[in-house]
Amino acid sequence: MRRFKQRLGFTLLRLSVFIVFLSLLSLVVFISLKGFKMLSLSFLLEFPRRGMTRGGIFPALIGTLLLCIGAIVFALPLGVLAAIYLREYTGTRKWVRIIRIGINNLAGVPSVVFGLFGLAIFVKLFGFGVSVLSGSLTLGILILPVIIRASEEAISSVPSSFKEASFALGATKWQTIRKVVLPNALPGILTGAILSIGRAAGETAPILFTAATFYTRRLPVSPFREVMALPYHIYALMTEGTKPEFQVPIAYGTALVLLLLVFAVNLIAIIIRSRSRRKRKW
Amino acid sequence: MVNKIIIRNLNLWFGENHVLNNIDISIPEKLITAIMGPSGCGKSTFLRCLNRMNDLIEGTKISGSLLIDEKDIYSDSIDIFDLRKRVGMVFQKPNPFPKSIFENVAYGLKIHGVKDKGIISEEVEKALRDANLWDEAKDRLSSSAFDLSGGQQQRLCIARALAVEPEIILFDEPASALDPISSAKLEELLGELKENYTIVIVTHNLQQAARISDWTAFLMLGELIEFDRTEKIFTAPQDERTENYLTGKFG
Repeated sequence: MRRFKQRLGFTLLRLSVFIVFLSLLSLVVFISLKGFKMLSLSFLLEFPRRGMTRGGIFPALIGTLLLCIGAIVFALPLGVLAAIYLREYTGTRKWVRIIRIGINNLAGVPSVVFGLFGLAIFVKLFGFGVSVLSGSLTLGILILPVIIRASEEAISSVPSSFKEASFALGATKWQTIRKVVLPNALPGILTGAILSIGRAAGETAPILFTAATFYTRRLPVSPFREVMALPYHIYALMTEGTKPEFQVPIAYGTALVLLLLVFAVNLIAIIIRSRSRRKRKW
Repeated sequence: MVNKIIIRNLNLWFGENHVLNNIDISIPEKLITAIMGPSGCGKSTFLRCLNRMNDLIEGTKISGSLLIDEKDIYSDSIDIFDLRKRVGMVFQKPNPFPKSIFENVAYGLKIHGVKDKGIISEEVEKALRDANLWDEAKDRLSSSAFDLSGGQQQRLCIARALAVEPEIILFDEPASALDPISSAKLEELLGELKENYTIVIVTHNLQQAARISDWTAFLMLGELIEFDRTEKIFTAPQDERTENYLTGKFG
């Protein structure tokens, strides 16, 4: 009877893994099959034509890259500094706990809410308009909790014996953080940052009201211009226009590009992590 | 004989826990003073009072006077970073930074504002020579400190402490993670270092204390039981508890 129960348990575990794996695999295969036909260099490098029934996705690709770069430029320094503060400087435990609860809750906020927040604050209040800047800031806030958490973990994994050695030589806390803690936490911080870029690339709701436009003939010449973006482009192709027989394949092609982009970004993060693990001797 | 460190009525608490109890001790200059005692007697905590490393632990309370060169190191006018430059420390487990051998030794110089590359490499060489590591390390200064053996790493940590030209060096069981041969080399080095530095060493190893130290303090449950010349402590201890510890009745 016990043996039977064990077998039942293991079967259940195997089945769950199988289902998880199968659903992921089928998603990738499905998108690949549907989008594969569209993939070509000209698809990546051409503007959409004829009411988005022909041509490529170049402006959306560039838009997504710009938004991601903007988000990370904003969120990485802020997140790392916040993480340092939380790990190394905060005096009272109570404050840290409250701040951490706040950050964790921020991570759970639905992304469309971030979109509305971005619209109210960046677009309207700060007057940045629907623009790369507003979208980057909104995405930046969205990925901030991820970056803070990854940085905190990376910082706390630096052995305290390194810090002690530094203090014992007469280093200040700031010197110790700059010269001992941060260099050793860097691979972990970068991994977190890159993973969060992948997250930012795929988000639609936060840029819906803050950055994305249905169609534009030009690439943005300043951060105050609106852009096309890959996820929003898919949404636009599937909901607008009158020629689904042309638009739907383009949407799948776009989805595949987005998927590959996110995979590539995650791959970079994995490579950085495994390389630093191999190099690390403590 | 000049007393470098003079401690009167030193008490220390970690929260509610009274760790050091009314310690009076005078540590002589340019000699080796060993602190021995059973585990948990407060040896390491005592050592860490001398460079104020206990300040890093939350809830630490300290009272009494702790004078180095007749100045109270716990007074407000003391610059703690300057104090730690004057009072170096070597830890139980070798803890080089994950940097090159050269950068490990140069670290202290750099944080104290030395910028001149020539001076830095001169000082690094001097420190490595003084730590008896130069011959083994001179051809691979740019390789990682982790490529060194445990004993070499510990001597590197000593070189790192020497580079900022301290007056006192604290050793917290520096040989406990080393093999006997590395340990012997380290003891030899300590004997050379006392020419120029005041040395305080915490050790578990009674024979080691007997071999290398000039003075020995015996600590138990946060109290200083006995402090005297090493040969006297080991041949004719005054206190029964010291004798029991030395003869292995406990500890």
